[in-house]
Amino acid sequence: MSTDISQLRFGEELIKRGFAKMTKGGVIMDVTTAEQAKIAEDAGAVAVMALERVPADIRAAGGVARMADPEKIKEILNSVSIPVMAKVRIGHVSEGYTLEALGVDMLDESEVLTPADPFFHVYKKQLKVPVVCGARTLPEAVRRIVEGAAMIRTKGEAGTGNVVEAVRHIRMVNEEIGIIKDLSQEELKKVSEKVAENYRVLRKTASEDLFGDENYLTGYNLFYGQNLEKMEAEVLKVLKEVRRLGRLPVVNFAAGGVATPADGALMMKLGMDGVFVGSGIFKSTDPKRMAKAVVEAVENYEDYKIIGNVSSGLSGMQGMEIEKMPKEQRLQERGW
Amino acid sequence: MPLNIGIIGFQGDVSEHAELLKKAANKLEVEVSVHEVRNRTQLDSVEALIIPGGESTTMFKLLKLYSMYDKIIELAKNGLPVMGTCAGLILISSKTNDERVEGMGLIDTEIERNAYGRQIDSFMDDIDIKGIGKYKAVFIRAPVISKPGKADVLAEYKNKPVMVGQGKVLGLTFHPELTKDTRVHEYFIKMIEGEGSTSSGDL
Repeated sequence: MSTDISQLRFGEELIKRGFAKMTKGGVIMDVTTAEQAKIAEDAGAVAVMALERVPADIRAAGGVARMADPEKIKEILNSVSIPVMAKVRIGHVSEGYTLEALGVDMLDESEVLTPADPFFHVYKKQLKVPVVCGARTLPEAVRRIVEGAAMIRTKGEAGTGNVVEAVRHIRMVNEEIGIIKDLSQEELKKVSEKVAENYRVLRKTASEDLFGDENYLTGYNLFYGQNLEKMEAEVLKVLKEVRRLGRLPVVNFAAGGVATPADGALMMKLGMDGVFVGSGIFKSTDPKRMAKAVVEAVENYEDYKIIGNVSSGLSGMQGMEIEKMPKEQRLQERGW
Repeated sequence: MPLNIGIIGFQGDVSEHAELLKKAANKLEVEVSVHEVRNRTQLDSVEALIIPGGESTTMFKLLKLYSMYDKIIELAKNGLPVMGTCAGLILISSKTNDERVEGMGLIDTEIERNAYGRQIDSFMDDIDIKGIGKYKAVFIRAPVISKPGKADVLAEYKNKPVMVGQGKVLGLTFHPELTKDTRVHEYFIKMIEGEGSTSSGDL
């Protein structure tokens, strides 16, 4: 009866994915102080993301953005009863374990911070705490799930107050899921080979370096001791799950550029399980009201009277046009 | 007429409850119609209510905001069967020991929120449920029932109650909806149908 769960133990998939499920339908807010965390909790946020700076400020400051100061994280952990998340640099396993030891409830392996590993994301199955990862496309989402992500979010374009990239990523993933649903076994296998290809980059680079032929060395030990066949098999397993469910097998949130209550509602309307709001709350002119308004709009995303009411007289953060932004300034390009 | 069961639908693992409830009903050959409840009016038509897992602070605020909180208390006093899991149990309890969430007092049980620790302390283990038997329970940032009060203790884990029942109200610190095991939902459906109410009676 309780079929596959008997073999699962502490910290494994069901508990990690189960934690993410508790946030469904909710809003997760970026906060930088205990006071902001309390405002978020009071507004009805289902979790907070503890940061030193919100993405808009990280973007403005430039330089290398790292895991937040543990003192800052502890301050926020101690101030609220809702779950506290924190960001880890892409591929920075040691930051990941450090945050886990601090008692953070979920990690966000985030492109908002400067990536630490040019080849690999964190092998999230090795962590006990659940991890959420950004994705622009279905292949990215599938790779992250293969690595153990318990939750996926769009990357969007953080710190811009502009939802266009989040919408692009939602549409892209949904489109690709729609295509996957009708694929034959053989076609799905083909897709899985393409999706797993990215794990070969390091091996190909080394092969090119040593033999002048990027395909001279192939096969074994591509990702944390796993060979290409294993990675392809894992990818295929997740793709089959996507095909069967018609959606990602983990909770899927929108993130990156949400700045108003109506933005939050749009994310839900497009089928997302919930919404991350980064700079949108505490870079607005009235964070308390904005926080409550975004929660209400997300909970009632098709009740346009409520959305109109909560939005009245509320102005969102100053936004940025992404088209005019040089590619190297786009955070979404980080990771693969 | 199918049995109309509502699930408080703002936030949390709502669809998981709905799915398992339908499977349980199927096994019992009971016709159910399951609805998400997001406003006061929708509460009028339900014959039983589930308050799911999620964030109790968030759900508390929204239930208050949309004037559903007092309405649920009134309906439960008039015999509406209610099941609360994890956050849902916190909301139906008589005392939460946390000013952020006020219990509805549908069940005479005192709660300590997040008493097992943080997410890293979440776990899964075997429990023994009265009338159900051995059961694999999933605890996620679970509350602890510090005092069951007048409620019947239906299951314990390490000497702490994890499932309680009183009249037509059931409270669980764990998440049956995250598993494929339909037995707790079957138990709830039988309770709605009047076969399984626990002995303690009214508050």
